[in-house]
Amino acid sequence: MNPFYVHTQNMTVGYDGVPLIRDIEIGVRRGEILTLIGPNGSGKSTILKSIIRQLKLLAGTVALDGRSMAQLKEGDIARRMAIVMTERIKAELMTCYDLVATGRYPYTGRLGLLTQEDHRIVQEALLTVHAQDFADRPFTAISDGQRQRLLLARAIAQEPEVIVLDEPTSFLDIRHKLELLEILKDLVRTRNVAVILSLHELDLAQKISDRVVCVANNAVDRYDTPENVFQSDYIEALYGMKSGSYNALFGSMEMAPVGGTPHIFVIGGGGSGIPVYRQLQRRGIPFAAGILQENDLDYPVARALAAELVTVPPFAIIDGAALDRARKAMDRAGRVICCVSRFGPGNEGNRLLRDEAERRGLLTDSGALLGEAEP
Amino acid sequence: MRGKRARLYLGFAGLVVALLGLFVLNVNSGSVSLSPGEIWTILLARGGDNGAIVWNIRLPRILATALLGGALALSGFLLQTFFANPIAGPFILGISSGAKLVLSLVMIGFLSRGVAVGSLGLIVAAFLGAMLSMGFVLLISARVKRMSLLIIGGVMIGYICSAVTDFVVAFADDANIVNLHNWSRGSFSGMIWENVGVMAGVVLLVLLLTFFLSKPISAYQLGETYAQNMGVNIKAFRAVLILLSSVLSATVTAFAGPISFVGVAVPHIMRSLFKTAKPIVMIPACFLGGGVFCLLSDLIARTAFAPTELSISAVTALFGAPVVILVMLKRQREQL
Repeated sequence: MNPFYVHTQNMTVGYDGVPLIRDIEIGVRRGEILTLIGPNGSGKSTILKSIIRQLKLLAGTVALDGRSMAQLKEGDIARRMAIVMTERIKAELMTCYDLVATGRYPYTGRLGLLTQEDHRIVQEALLTVHAQDFADRPFTAISDGQRQRLLLARAIAQEPEVIVLDEPTSFLDIRHKLELLEILKDLVRTRNVAVILSLHELDLAQKISDRVVCVANNAVDRYDTPENVFQSDYIEALYGMKSGSYNALFGSMEMAPVGGTPHIFVIGGGGSGIPVYRQLQRRGIPFAAGILQENDLDYPVARALAAELVTVPPFAIIDGAALDRARKAMDRAGRVICCVSRFGPGNEGNRLLRDEAERRGLLTDSGALLGEAEP
Repeated sequence: MRGKRARLYLGFAGLVVALLGLFVLNVNSGSVSLSPGEIWTILLARGGDNGAIVWNIRLPRILATALLGGALALSGFLLQTFFANPIAGPFILGISSGAKLVLSLVMIGFLSRGVAVGSLGLIVAAFLGAMLSMGFVLLISARVKRMSLLIIGGVMIGYICSAVTDFVVAFADDANIVNLHNWSRGSFSGMIWENVGVMAGVVLLVLLLTFFLSKPISAYQLGETYAQNMGVNIKAFRAVLILLSSVLSATVTAFAGPISFVGVAVPHIMRSLFKTAKPIVMIPACFLGGGVFCLLSDLIARTAFAPTELSISAVTALFGAPVVILVMLKRQREQL
């Protein structure tokens, strides 16, 4: 018994008979979200288009509910699989309600007339995506965020077991991205549907996916859990990032550090250093950072942006050796900014460092220093 | 919801009333004017002094005009759906001209040997011509995505077909030319009952088939990808759509020659009248609307400068072309 609701077996995809990606073996269970990530033009859309039969398979099969889709009738597929694709829909003179109602197509009779039951399901789908308020507006007159939600409602009205979405969050603002993914997650939980989608937002992919397919250089590079896929090194390699870095824990990216001899030493800790690191990076000023425990909130950003970094192991007390290294870095930089205002046993070393800088006249007010560089 | 329903009933009621009114006006007017009372007597008693005029000339012409007008508008609606192009139509895309070309060849070929071609034979010839043009249009549409380029391609195909037709006519016998020349400009004159019977059979059958396709057509309006996902067999559906629209425009061309702008304009007028693009409404509405549009145009063509009769395309273009311009301007505004 095939555990997967949708399962590609030796699937080779491509355009006009020319293979692009060969022997793809991926699957999604009901109640799971499978996310395709990878650089632009890597073939994510090609895979999705092949699964939904917009593109002919060049080899292999796609099994839906345990049976090859090639052997299923059009209507049988339509009642199981719904889509939300990127192509613009020309819905002339259609209200949003009309558009969602097109999802009932596989269930209506020869003339496509809607029954009471159909209307009830359409209403429910509109409620699910919180679109009841603009149901009577023309489809052409709504915003991008509303449109994506409506297309999802259309897919829900089709009562599918699996929904395939191609970059559903592109062009949406942060609120609408979250809303859309929340709705998807909800569908997966409450209706036990399977979801296959492609995403550009790695942070979101990391949060909602049960499984991740990494597509790059015309190959499926990995098909694994998000925990295994979202590793900084791997993501940087997958996207061929030449500058900057990716922080897998937070799902955020950082710009490349400013190289050269540090002009400033930044004493940070507990998140207080991050805004200063960023300002210096924006201004193109190379800086040293310290003394940070390696589990400090400031540490990931400092590691990404600082030209020089003084650290101690996680949870360790700042010892004399670390203090010496920091002192040397401070001397080379010649100026010090202290972002920390609260000291305790854990960062006693930083207090000593700050006092010393003050004594020697190296301490600079961060506001004044960064202000003077303003044009 | 209630407003929509009311618009639907009012719209169809309006179209039927207009159709009946134009029917009476068309029977009434001409070189011999008849009062409504007289018409009534003639229709019921099949007699009277002018019975022959009504029964042999005016009635077949009126019925043919309504049927062919409906066929043109329906063909336009199908082509607009197929190409997802709001200014597609059988004349603009050169399909009518292709039909005209093959028809001219067949007519000259057979007439010069003294063989008469039956109504169905004419339709078949026109259908082959329509498919020929359609083939070229499909080739173009596979290569260009811009709507305007497709239209330009179609117009060019139309010109080529017309030019070749002119060559052919130039080499034909005198007697045929007169006949052909009148027809090749488009005209509803000279309809006989046998024609009406055949065209009614073909057109009404296609109308019925199309009506039962309104569900997949509605899916296709969202684009091929979504239509396929909804369970439409795209290849078969596209082929059927092409066949039906070609049969319709071929039938019109076989009997009345190429008639411009009805296919483009009427679907738009119907869309704005009914405020919907749903095929289940649009298919009957376009058919009735096409009949009304052509009856009105034919009435004007016959009576405006009587006894001289205008070519029907002169009148339909006068009403239809501005509609196309309005549509394009409206599109442009919406895109900004």
